[in-house]
Amino acid sequence: MSSWERFTDTFLNGKVMLRYLPDILSGVVVTIELALLIVVTGIAAGLTLALLRSLAIRPLNWLIVFVVDLFRSLPPLVIIVLIYFGLPSVDLSPSGFASTWLSLAFVLMAFSEEIFWAGITSVARGQWEAARSTGLSFGQTLMHVVLPQALRLTIPPLTNRTIAITKGTALGTVVAVTEILGQASSAMSNSYNPSPLMMGAAAYVVLFFPVVVAGRFIETRFAWKR
Amino acid sequence: METLIQTFFNPGIIIAAWPIVLAGLRNTVLLSLLVVPLGLLGGLILALLASVKSPAVRWPLMVWVDFFRAFPPLVLLVLLFAGLPFAGLELGGFVCVAVAFFLNTGAYYGEILRAGIDSVAAGQVEAARSTGLSRLQAMAYVVLPQAVRNVLPDLLSNTLEVVKLTSLGSVVAVPELLYQARQAQSITYNPTPIVVAAVIYFAMLWPVVRLLSRLENRALAGR
Repeated sequence: MSSWERFTDTFLNGKVMLRYLPDILSGVVVTIELALLIVVTGIAAGLTLALLRSLAIRPLNWLIVFVVDLFRSLPPLVIIVLIYFGLPSVDLSPSGFASTWLSLAFVLMAFSEEIFWAGITSVARGQWEAARSTGLSFGQTLMHVVLPQALRLTIPPLTNRTIAITKGTALGTVVAVTEILGQASSAMSNSYNPSPLMMGAAAYVVLFFPVVVAGRFIETRFAWKR
Repeated sequence: METLIQTFFNPGIIIAAWPIVLAGLRNTVLLSLLVVPLGLLGGLILALLASVKSPAVRWPLMVWVDFFRAFPPLVLLVLLFAGLPFAGLELGGFVCVAVAFFLNTGAYYGEILRAGIDSVAAGQVEAARSTGLSRLQAMAYVVLPQAVRNVLPDLLSNTLEVVKLTSLGSVVAVPELLYQARQAQSITYNPTPIVVAAVIYFAMLWPVVRLLSRLENRALAGR
């Protein structure tokens, strides 16, 4: 056997790949589900916090800033481990899926709150005053004047951050979530062959590479024109 | 309340686990001191390559950077740690972390530094070159200092992410903070050590987050 054949036989073994393809595919489904859940709930929670912060209730804002800082400074894996291994001690046993979802959604919430808040504060004070003086209510000013301008500004950083955090779904494998990496790892130990891992790696590239390229496009499309 | 404290902030366990967790903290600091410069080096190489305006360099570079932005660092780490031994190459957890971070965080640092270099006006290079500085000298003494200053908040923000990311080392048995805390947890059957680790991460990184928040707000106010 030539060394090239030995290499492909080890890392790109057709028989092993075919056998574990269904496992990897089911992992892809779990990864996509998890990612969508994180993105939707994380961004919605972040926007809600930013809107609450714009009400300028002091004690509430301190709380919001603290929560945001907390989830910006803790490593996501630490949060996942804390929820998954910590909560059972008080008779709450979230699944690995729920732990990963909650943790990464909290992290995305924190980062997106910062980004939304930066967007809201970037809209000049005079705009608020002008809108309010035309008779719009606080809520109407926020909805029709401030947010449309603020959101445009937030799109590039939000896209980048969302991609970075969604990639973190792979961390779920540490708490036994059957996403791509988890499936690939167990297939590798079952077959004693790294081909499933290569398949898993390829699945991540297929899944996330287009998103990164689209993110690059969005970044230039919505770039702040000076 | 009593049981809550006994479970998550158990004083006896804090004292017992402290040496174990502290050893982890030391390794996390050492690991960060290794991987941050390594990532910066990788980023600098990429950014300097990107300043060559030839499409033959630019396109492969963009694909390289986007590839590592798309690829989860944990997958990269597992690939190096569990995949390479099949090719007869056993690197050990520590080296795997170093290589994975060089590749992954290098791509992020590279993007930031590239943006910084682009932000320095072309006239600056021309002026520097016309005073007789070589291309390399112009880059090192004129462009880079300004470039780094322009993207300092982004560099700091990425460094924060890199330090947080060292917790992935726990997956490949590098005895850093999270790994040590989990060891202590499995010995004591109590999640207190993990809470302690979380508190240490927070105490260590909160000042950085505060600083970043200020820098970001100032950048926005400057528009």
